[in-house]
Amino acid sequence: MATETTAAEGSSLVFHPMDQFIVKPLFGDGAIAWYTPTNVTLWLFLAIVAVIGLLVLSTSKRAIVPTRMQSIAELAYGFIYKMLEDICGKEGVKYFPYVMTLFMFIVTANFLGLIPTSFTTTSHFAVTIPLALAVFLTVTILGFVKNGAGFLGLFWVSSAPLALRPILAIIELISYFVRPVSHSIRLAGNVMAGHAVIKVFAGFAAIAVISPVSVLAITAMYGLEVLVAFIQAYVFTILTCVYLKDALHPSH
Amino acid sequence: MATEPVYEEIAGTCVDSHGSAIGMPQLCFDWFPNQIFWLVITLVVIFLVLSRVALPRIAAILAERQGTITNDLAAAEDLKAKAVEAEEAYNKALADARSEAQRIAAEARAEIQSGLDDAIAKADLEIAAKAAESEKAIADIRAGALESIQVVAKDTAAELVTALGGEADAKAIDSAIDAQTKG
Repeated sequence: MATETTAAEGSSLVFHPMDQFIVKPLFGDGAIAWYTPTNVTLWLFLAIVAVIGLLVLSTSKRAIVPTRMQSIAELAYGFIYKMLEDICGKEGVKYFPYVMTLFMFIVTANFLGLIPTSFTTTSHFAVTIPLALAVFLTVTILGFVKNGAGFLGLFWVSSAPLALRPILAIIELISYFVRPVSHSIRLAGNVMAGHAVIKVFAGFAAIAVISPVSVLAITAMYGLEVLVAFIQAYVFTILTCVYLKDALHPSH
Repeated sequence: MATEPVYEEIAGTCVDSHGSAIGMPQLCFDWFPNQIFWLVITLVVIFLVLSRVALPRIAAILAERQGTITNDLAAAEDLKAKAVEAEEAYNKALADARSEAQRIAAEARAEIQSGLDDAIAKADLEIAAKAAESEKAIADIRAGALESIQVVAKDTAAELVTALGGEADAKAIDSAIDAQTKG
């Protein structure tokens, strides 16, 4: 990115931390229509491959004593299953494939995004907003289907004094509709910020004196990003479970 | 990029003529349909793979392992119970053998004791018989001796009487000797 700037001794130090998020067509450089195969397509496809490799190929032997990869698959399964069961109870287990799909997609996409020069699909709002909206719509529809008008009890805090309840209902209503926003921006924002910061540090590496510090900083940031990649997937999933619980048991 | 200055592109709403992003690429709505389309396909594929293949398989593996573990535990419990049983039987056999041995020893002791008692009684009897016999012999001997003394005394008295010049009166000597020896 900055081979030229080394010669220029920082005078033309340029940062393009956001360039890594540009969507490009895979073949040619025409306009991007909705069906064009782009780098998004490629990395989404790799996420599918990773999920299949992790959960399907690794378990193909069905070993009683698991191999390393199989135990990772079992661990992921047990982790999400237990989370869902703890939060939503037995009725929640029905939605396990749905929650597991979200978790596996986000976690693999996040980790694939950590490969240098890769494209991070989960850093885009275009990816996280549909994910969050899907959760929001699922939960809302499920809530009304399961509980009918009783789902509105979610906004009517029956344990509060009667006079406060309408005010609380408004607050609850607003917070309910803010959910998909925070849900999606939290994930994309965390991933995007980390990747952009790494790129900024990489830009500083062009200056010979600063470059060791820069490399160290990149290493540290990378470690943090590994953590973030998992934690954000975890947070997204656990919030999905919590919202699902609201749909299944709306009473406060 | 800055290093590729000749790489001119049609400047769009999101990418400038150098190929750099204008603002946040995340907010470029031109790309949204494309991303959403591929995302939906990805999610559907992952969902189908997970719900049809991966999750039932992992669930089966976990259930099978749980079953195996449960079976093994049950088998272990069984074996343990058997071991306890065997130990009990062993202890019981040991106790039985011990009491049997004690019984046999007591019996033997009683037998020996009765044999001993018999022998002692017999020996006592024999000793008593022998003592009686000896006493009788002694009495005989004593009687014999007394008779001999009388005979000798009579003879001696008769001899003495004749030696002193008297006339030995056998009747008088006899009665005198008898009177002397009676005392």
